[in-house]
Amino acid sequence: RVAITAGEYKSYLRMSSIGTGYDFSAGQFSPDGRVFQVEYAQKAVENSGSVIAVRGSDGVVFGVEKIITSQLYEQGNNRRVQSVDDHIGGAVAGMLSDARAIVARAREEATDYRDVYQVPIPLKMLCERLGHYVHLYTVYGGLRPFGVSILLGSWDELNGAKLMEIDPSGSARGYYGCAVGKGKQNAKTEIEKLDMTKLTCRELIKEVAKIIYSVHDEVKDKHFELELSWIGKDTGGKHQIVPKDLYDEAVKYAEEALNDSDDEDNVM
Amino acid sequence: AVVSTQSGHYGRGKDEGTTVSPKKHTMQPIVTGTSVLGIRTKEGVVIAADTLGSYGSLARFRDIQRLMKVNDSTIIGGFGDYADFQFLMKLLRQQTIDDEVVGDGVYRDAPAIHNWLRCVLYNRRTKFNPLWNTIVVAGKNYGGEPYLGYVDKIGVAFEEKTVATGFGSYIALPMMRKAMDENPDMGVEEAKAVLKRCLRVLFYRDCRSLNRFQIGVVSAGETSISEPMSADTDWSIGANPSGYE
Repeated sequence: RVAITAGEYKSYLRMSSIGTGYDFSAGQFSPDGRVFQVEYAQKAVENSGSVIAVRGSDGVVFGVEKIITSQLYEQGNNRRVQSVDDHIGGAVAGMLSDARAIVARAREEATDYRDVYQVPIPLKMLCERLGHYVHLYTVYGGLRPFGVSILLGSWDELNGAKLMEIDPSGSARGYYGCAVGKGKQNAKTEIEKLDMTKLTCRELIKEVAKIIYSVHDEVKDKHFELELSWIGKDTGGKHQIVPKDLYDEAVKYAEEALNDSDDEDNVM
Repeated sequence: AVVSTQSGHYGRGKDEGTTVSPKKHTMQPIVTGTSVLGIRTKEGVVIAADTLGSYGSLARFRDIQRLMKVNDSTIIGGFGDYADFQFLMKLLRQQTIDDEVVGDGVYRDAPAIHNWLRCVLYNRRTKFNPLWNTIVVAGKNYGGEPYLGYVDKIGVAFEEKTVATGFGSYIALPMMRKAMDENPDMGVEEAKAVLKRCLRVLFYRDCRSLNRFQIGVVSAGETSISEPMSADTDWSIGANPSGYE
């Protein structure tokens, strides 16, 4: 029999990130200053299919690894990239139904801003409002946090491309390149290799597709659908799903890159 | 018509008790737009309006847009109070955005927008607080067929080959109807020529008009509003009027 002291047990808990006793509600802190409910919400995001977004010289490109759990699903359903107003695009990772609620709220905020100020809402203002909203769900015992990370991007002539991420804790951060979900570590490594500020959206579409294909785990999740969307100079500042011809080109580029790297592995 | 300015109030007299009279609103349009004209041909629909916002008899704002492209299927033209038209344009703009974010490429078509306007305008008139406008809805339906509708501040709504508002309904409409009767298969370019002719006569005769107008087209190929243009005028007959000496 192995007996451990209470102190040893507590330090085990601290390391293993189980918050037993301090994780019942978002209204509680743990002794080491963590809100476990928010961390658990972040885990929901980590278990979702990868989502990456990259900010280029003339726009933002979103790519989503949409894992298909059944061949019975209609293709193109359960879109992970959504438009908020017509000039902001969003890609979501985590619990899809929570994501819908956040996107609906974002749309309301955008509508309200447009109503009052007669101009489309700037991305920064939207993220402030949305971050505040998500944060709201992390301070009350009676509510649970959103298990969603949302990546939002926009482009306009005056301000150029902008990309921000809101995570379950409600913090909104600006990025040049961002990845969330299953393959985020690998994706981040790949994104760092890109010289994003010099690449245009057209080039980035192919790179994003390549990264998604490379971080996709063939063993664990057999089938996936790649969702690509963009917003930038080429779309006139409107968020759109990438048109079929560019999409096919990107997929081809991604598959070829995958085959090349497979060949490299075989040679070694 | 000017209605009483009393707001809703409880009866003051001994016998009136707690009865309430309806709230009434003083209504008069302030900055106004004049005629909007529309012709529906087999090829598409053409709509025209000048760029003047009158402040009573003062030609105050000479570069306003009275035609609005709602989406790829519809252009609307506003006659009457310009602030009320701006309000409707704002609501329609938001509707188009709401259609866009769904992301399936489907937008409200002209009959849908026409009906929505009818509902809103009739509802407001019933509450004795009208939006002081007549709107011409030019566009196409989901099947691609040309559509031209009219809806006014009392909620009257109909669909026709030729429509006009204000002065246009007295002066331009007979001209447009005659042109359609003589040439029922006219195309979009001929319709534009008819409208230009009508707008010239309206400039001669309507004191609240301006010789600077836009023409909008909704056809299979395009949905657009032109840059402002003017009609050539000949005022020589005005040199020797008789009976006004």
